[in-house]
Amino acid sequence: MTEAYLPILVMMVVAGGFAAIALGVSALLGPRRPNPAKDTPYESGIVPLGDARRRFPVQFYVIAVLFILFDVEVILMYPWAVAARQLGLFGLIEMAIFVVILLVGFIYAWKNDAFKWQ
Amino acid sequence: MDWINLILIPAIKSVVLVVVLLTGFAYLTWFERKLIGRFQQRIGPNRAWKFGLGHPIADALKMIFKEEIVPSYTDKVLFVLGPALAIAPALLIFAVIPVGPTLNLFGKEIPLVVADVNIGVLWVLAVAGLGTYGIVLGGWASNNKYSLLGALRTSSQMLSYELPMGILLIAVLLVYGTLNLNQIVTPLTPIPWYLRVWILLAFPFYFITMLAETGRKPFDFPETENELVAGFQTEYGSIKFALYYMTEYLHILGASGLAVTLFFGGWRGPFVDQFPILGLFYFAAKVLAMVFLFIWASASVPRPRYDQLLRFCWTFLFPISLVYMAVTAVLVVVM
Repeated sequence: MTEAYLPILVMMVVAGGFAAIALGVSALLGPRRPNPAKDTPYESGIVPLGDARRRFPVQFYVIAVLFILFDVEVILMYPWAVAARQLGLFGLIEMAIFVVILLVGFIYAWKNDAFKWQ
Repeated sequence: MDWINLILIPAIKSVVLVVVLLTGFAYLTWFERKLIGRFQQRIGPNRAWKFGLGHPIADALKMIFKEEIVPSYTDKVLFVLGPALAIAPALLIFAVIPVGPTLNLFGKEIPLVVADVNIGVLWVLAVAGLGTYGIVLGGWASNNKYSLLGALRTSSQMLSYELPMGILLIAVLLVYGTLNLNQIVTPLTPIPWYLRVWILLAFPFYFITMLAETGRKPFDFPETENELVAGFQTEYGSIKFALYYMTEYLHILGASGLAVTLFFGGWRGPFVDQFPILGLFYFAAKVLAMVFLFIWASASVPRPRYDQLLRFCWTFLFPISLVYMAVTAVLVVVM
């Protein structure tokens, strides 16, 4: 069974090799004419003010946390989806209970304006 | 003898696939520019060779011979690693997608898929998800405000739309009962007609999540050229920019390939049983039709605001895909 995954490993080598060769060839063939202007961050022609890594809106973080919650739920559903016919009504009811529990959390987040951009 | 089957044939298949994908990417850019031109009542590229067919080659050569700038204020390792981390998984998406039936070449049975694994759909999801790392790391390493904002937007957008996409995929998998893409194209037990029709209902919603996951217009928030210059790739030039560009188009091809396999029967079509080679052409034609949909959407729908994008996902697509999945589950289990 593990043999079935060997071609994937082979293709990983090919894909990684392509990325390495592309970067290498361009590094060898391209000219190199550094100057101070090329070495400043592009900010539409203005002199850059400070570092770019400053504070950013917390909303991005909230979305990421919510995603982790629901993605775990989705991952648990894949094995069930494949075996749903064999599990029958029992599996369906179990999954319904599981989804309802998670939906309570989803509705709580929704009511607390987690999806509103301030 | 064993190493021929285990290493050599997969290696040949992978190299051929990568070459085909890269040529496909090059001419996809031509196809898009030409089509967008037509949509806007222009002629589109027509300088190099007939119908501008030389433009992709000229673009590629120009990209290779451009100066490589790695600015001193960036995180140099991540800055170079970013494009590589984006392109490699994008190429790997196609490893499990069957592009045709089993062919008889040189007295050998050769299935037209690099790896026939039993977790095909999961592999596509996992590898497509890895592409986000390339973009986010590249944007972060650039140490540029536009890049950082583009990277942040990308991460939130791709994470959000992965949920409805995953749930719609679960609904489809409920019907097929397998994760193996070969068995999805040629099911072991026939799928009843009402389920086949029911699956097609999911396609419009799935297509929206595809647009968002590949970062295409109208959901091109990773770039948003009139707000963020070029988004996460503002600081990138030469081949590194080309690699990011390639990644975007390879994701389109990969998403189209998966959608064709799941919703429209993959390489199947009339007379495939007599002439297996036809399967390849059917698959290519279906993928091309799907790519046309992508370009059509980018030419006709304006971009929403970023908060509208996320709210649309969480308060409309997510609940509706859950309802759709629940109905599918009842249909599959009870009927």
